[in-house]
Amino acid sequence: MSRRLRMWVLATGGFGVAVLLVAAYVRLPRFGGGPHPYGERAVAAALSRHTANVISSVNFDLRAFDTLGEESILFGAVLGTVVLLRQTRDEREVPPAPARIAPAVRRYARIMLPLALLCGLYVIAHGQLSPGGGFQGGVVVATALHLLYIGADYRALEHIRPVGRYEVGDAVGEAAYVVVGVAGLLGGSAFLANVLPLGTFNTLASGGTVPLLNAAVGMEVACAVVVLLARFLDQAVEIEQGPTRKEGKQS
Amino acid sequence: MTDVLTLISLLLVAASATAAVAARDPSRQALVLAVLGLALAVLFTVLQAPDVGLSQLAVGSALTPLLILLSVRKVRRRGRREDGGR
Repeated sequence: MSRRLRMWVLATGGFGVAVLLVAAYVRLPRFGGGPHPYGERAVAAALSRHTANVISSVNFDLRAFDTLGEESILFGAVLGTVVLLRQTRDEREVPPAPARIAPAVRRYARIMLPLALLCGLYVIAHGQLSPGGGFQGGVVVATALHLLYIGADYRALEHIRPVGRYEVGDAVGEAAYVVVGVAGLLGGSAFLANVLPLGTFNTLASGGTVPLLNAAVGMEVACAVVVLLARFLDQAVEIEQGPTRKEGKQS
Repeated sequence: MTDVLTLISLLLVAASATAAVAARDPSRQALVLAVLGLALAVLFTVLQAPDVGLSQLAVGSALTPLLILLSVRKVRRRGRREDGGR
């Protein structure tokens, strides 16, 4: 195919996409305000299941199966990263030297670490009540732990972060979601059906299975992000190109 | 009032996104990307989508720039070694 012909194919495709996009945008509901058919139904369904945060009700109840898919995507992506970024035979591990840290940075990290950790846990725990939930809170918890790398050094971070346990936590979070789904199948009507008592509206235990699924996702995401960052940090800080100096000392 | 806020945050997003494309140094680009994440989080919050805003804040302005910075560090370290030791 000549260059000219390829440009024509590209232009035709681009034009087609543009026409479709414009046609779709023209038929969108007006920006802001006005009636919203999906929104009204979702709010009614969320209220009938005593879930104060409608978004969580959509994510973990009305479309819980979609969320299982999303959770599995993250699980698979992190698994792929672990395999790709492993230490290969022609690489060696060099323990990083302790770095000098400005006192202001150290102070900032010391204050922010517990605050950020608490914020993350709060966002996970209140996913069924207020904006946020397992995904957002999980990322905050995982990144909060890494303030220790900024405030101290890599060795300190490795102390509080045994990667093996977080890998287990990642798998347990993923499995817990499926187990709750199967419980819905056994005790109710369908996979991921909301079978638990709904509780009092706007309390921590309200929403039936929503808080449980939310917590499972929180655990999975927090552990997955810690494992993901651990692999990247290992590559950036510890692992170097070049054969191991002593044969047989590969870990 | 809301329209003004929407307009301001849209302009912020456009400006920071353009800056992210214009920056050529990857490590600087990561920092601009963090600012873009913050601007997007503000936009989503103004558009009454705080859940999406929180996700954007956590992933877009903390996690993604961090992963980019770590990758940049790894690539630079390898380059330095090939230039003849460190």
